[in-house]
Amino acid sequence: MKERSAGAIVIGGGPSGMAAASSCREGGIGEVLLVEREGALGGILSQCIHPGFGVLELKEDLTGPEFAERLERQVHDLGVQVLLDSYTNRLSYEKGQGISIWCISPRGLEVLKAPCLIYSAGCRERHAFEAGIVGDRPSGVLTAGTAQSLMDLHGLLPGKEIVVVGSGDVGLIMSRRFAIEGAHVKAVVEILPYSGGLTRNIAQCLEDFEIPLLLSHAVLEIRGKGRVESVVISKVDEMQVPISGTEREMKCDTVVIAAGLVPEVGLLERASVRIDPATGGPVVNEFLETSLSGVFACGNVLVVNDLVDHAVEQGRLCAKSVKSFFDGSLQRPTTWKKATPGKDIRYVVPHLFSGERDNIFYTRVRSPRGRCGLLLRELSKEVRLIGAKPSEMIRLNLKKDLLSQVKDDLTFEVHD
Amino acid sequence: MTKRSLTCIICPMGCKIEVELSDGKIFNIEGNACDRGLSYAKEECTSPKRILTTLVRVKDGLLPVTSVKTTRPIPKALILSAQKELSSIVLEAPLNIGNVVMRNILDTGADVIVTRSIKKVQNDSFVHP
Amino acid sequence: MTYRAAIVGAGIVGSAVARELTRYEEFDVLIIEKEYDVGWGTSKANTGIIHAGYDDEPEKYPRRAKLCRIGNELWHELSRELQVPVEWCGALVLAFDERDRGVLRGLLSRGRENKVPSLEIIEGDFCSDLESNISKDVVEGLWAPTSGIITPYEAVIALMENAVDNGARLHLETLARQIVVRDGTVVGVDTDEGFLEADIVINAAGMYGDRLSRTAGISDFSIRPRKGEYLLFDRDVTPKVHMTLFHTPQPTTKGVVVTPTTEGNLLVGPNAKDVKEYERDATMTTRDGLDEVWEGASRLVAKLPRRNMAMRTFAGLRPEPNHGDFIVEAYEKPEGLVNCVGTRSPGLTSAPAIAREVVKLLKERDFKLTMREKWKSSREAIRKFRLVPSQEKDGLVSSDASYGKIACACEMVTEAEIKEAIKRGARTFDSVKFRTRAGMGRCQGSFCLAKVLALLSQEMGEPPEAIMLKGKGSNIVHGPIR
Repeated sequence: MKERSAGAIVIGGGPSGMAAASSCREGGIGEVLLVEREGALGGILSQCIHPGFGVLELKEDLTGPEFAERLERQVHDLGVQVLLDSYTNRLSYEKGQGISIWCISPRGLEVLKAPCLIYSAGCRERHAFEAGIVGDRPSGVLTAGTAQSLMDLHGLLPGKEIVVVGSGDVGLIMSRRFAIEGAHVKAVVEILPYSGGLTRNIAQCLEDFEIPLLLSHAVLEIRGKGRVESVVISKVDEMQVPISGTEREMKCDTVVIAAGLVPEVGLLERASVRIDPATGGPVVNEFLETSLSGVFACGNVLVVNDLVDHAVEQGRLCAKSVKSFFDGSLQRPTTWKKATPGKDIRYVVPHLFSGERDNIFYTRVRSPRGRCGLLLRELSKEVRLIGAKPSEMIRLNLKKDLLSQVKDDLTFEVHD
Repeated sequence: MTKRSLTCIICPMGCKIEVELSDGKIFNIEGNACDRGLSYAKEECTSPKRILTTLVRVKDGLLPVTSVKTTRPIPKALILSAQKELSSIVLEAPLNIGNVVMRNILDTGADVIVTRSIKKVQNDSFVHP
Repeated sequence: MTYRAAIVGAGIVGSAVARELTRYEEFDVLIIEKEYDVGWGTSKANTGIIHAGYDDEPEKYPRRAKLCRIGNELWHELSRELQVPVEWCGALVLAFDERDRGVLRGLLSRGRENKVPSLEIIEGDFCSDLESNISKDVVEGLWAPTSGIITPYEAVIALMENAVDNGARLHLETLARQIVVRDGTVVGVDTDEGFLEADIVINAAGMYGDRLSRTAGISDFSIRPRKGEYLLFDRDVTPKVHMTLFHTPQPTTKGVVVTPTTEGNLLVGPNAKDVKEYERDATMTTRDGLDEVWEGASRLVAKLPRRNMAMRTFAGLRPEPNHGDFIVEAYEKPEGLVNCVGTRSPGLTSAPAIAREVVKLLKERDFKLTMREKWKSSREAIRKFRLVPSQEKDGLVSSDASYGKIACACEMVTEAEIKEAIKRGARTFDSVKFRTRAGMGRCQGSFCLAKVLALLSQEMGEPPEAIMLKGKGSNIVHGPIR
């Protein structure tokens, strides 16, 4: 079997992977392989043709493909070895031997070997079955990303009379895309009593096109023999239980499911890497290293990001960790301190820290709030926030002198 | 006299702004915490503008369409007409980001440029990604 | 003398009969199927079990009892010949109380009467040795080592490919409206594509078997649809089971089953709900139905995966004959009609035996049958790249670079396999799916739909909007954006 050795392997050529690979080269890593299963780099950005990318990173408001191209130029300028149409499904690890990745591509089966792996494989989407929708299984039921790919990569309109399930930014942005391309979005159905998207998107995606937003509603059932014919929508209570008697049928020919993203951790799981059920991504320490030594994670596979800038930042952090891995400065303490989600906090990443350096923590609240305080309980330190929404990830830069005061646990909580 | 409520999108504060209008003329604006919010509310109520991002067909490219955007926001009311203006255009690969698709679309002063490069198909047997 | 034999219905029974008839010199076999592909009725939406044969009372349901056990034996060689994945994992019927214990004893004696080998009743503790994930409340189990699992749609596809390879002609998208009888003899089938002449008509029309039979004057039975709903889990999801687990059976149903599939998925279901007599295509899942399935499954095992991890839910209809037994009969009047209907469970298991029974019945009706000298007993399945040993994968890619392009990441399905499926007649997304497993993984087609659509469009030379998901009116996209 053909073998290929490198200093670092990066799996996933989306924004976090491209940034990680470029930064590895900048850090002096010899051979860096960027392995991408599609025929081009860019990841999900290639099909996100709306603006909003790079606002923090580049101080510019770019569309997805434009931002991707900037990162791709860096990748090529810095001499990253890009492997396209390259599919990986097996990771094996041997102490002293490093990491081996089985890779299938038109070049054949290759085993890629390196001491370090940066895993940036992104997410898949939650589909209709996972959203608990029952009924028929006709054509015309698509996840938002699939609809986006059909439209914005392949130039195909998925349908004409569309019901969108989920009012997060993905659902809102797709609603606008459908409306602009000539489809009729009949409603955006949201199970919670509030939308998960940015206010700006509710205004510019729904109000601009007079698309009704049905809060506290759920699509219960899809009906249709060959193609979708209608959906059954119902009002739901605070526990998201359908309220009997409120069901009504809405005719449509397409149902677009925008119900959230699920990290693609299959490769890691099969290698017995520890996964956090709260994020769906791997448990990591402050180096963004997983439970497998030398395997790092960044981007949406680690934690679903709202801003591509954070995904890129995580990629760069992984590259920095890889550099430390090589120059011996990746010091893992004998016991890690734990960053624990407390009251009204969904998760905190990274999960483990040493207290010996500054750390960036990414976290989310469970329910929307106005002015509130993010409390670091054991330190009795509070960060005041103007507002907090579950759909807006919070990024905290905590300094070493603060973190070193933590004994074992640092619990993140939210209070009004 | 009509009253319009909007949520300002300029910063995360999201001030709820109330605007009183009559015959398209603004009489009063309340609820904004800053001047940026004031200008936003004024423009939103009198001449709202949006960036248009859409697709244009491509010939001989690795993809059959590419993404384009207006170089600056154009009047919201012209968005769908602008999209229609672009629907008869077929660009020819190869295309680079920044290539101009149309100048001064619908006399708005905004150009439309390519936002996704498209490579040219090498041979006759074309396989989709 | 060549008999034109028209089989109505390309499900498991129709395709098994088709293959069997091609063995004989005298038959010019044609199959009439209303769907865009084979096996799209009951055959693709059932539990996929090859039953051991202890369930069917020989006095009450003699055909079921006999044909199930024979069919079970025939599937060993048949699955090898046709390269259809099968696992002889065995089954446990679980008893939770005294009543159940009694039922197990009944099954044991019935199984022995039906000549089912190796059945035994074992204590609860030994049951857990066999399958560690059974409920702690199990007191006893009936162990049936000859029970197996099969992928039913692959079986239908394989049978029909082999039949066609041996000269049978498949007419898809052809709806049989009436069996035409003249002077007490079958003369053919009236379809929406015209009249097809036939000397023998074999009615394997599944859910519509009684209606079709009635057109030929035989109406001494009726068929009712009974719906069963299922939950399917991705193969990476735990916990699992390693053999098929049953409750003690009820009169109407064997009950909810928890079973592995040949691909390593966990399959849970079905319930058994009679739907309206005229709702013969009503395969929608329901909240109540799935709840019922989940409740039933929870009692069988120690631990199920989290319910919201279900990768897919689906439902199938079974054709329940009013008398309960299969109708496998050749008639004197009209001469040339053979009914093979009412093939509810164990229809899949019995199908190869039903096919042989049809031959026997035709011989009894004085049709002359001589075996052909040259007949292809085997067919080659589409090679699943995922299952090819690593050492061989490289060579395959060198021989055909499209083996190196993975179209379905979840199931590791290559473009080569998809193109092969299309070459073998797949014209819809589902047809590609059932032949290659593209779209059957955790993302349920989110990533591969666009790619399979592009390949279908390219290989068939048709625009994307003409490509269907599963048959008439199920176009995947509306059309180009401009």
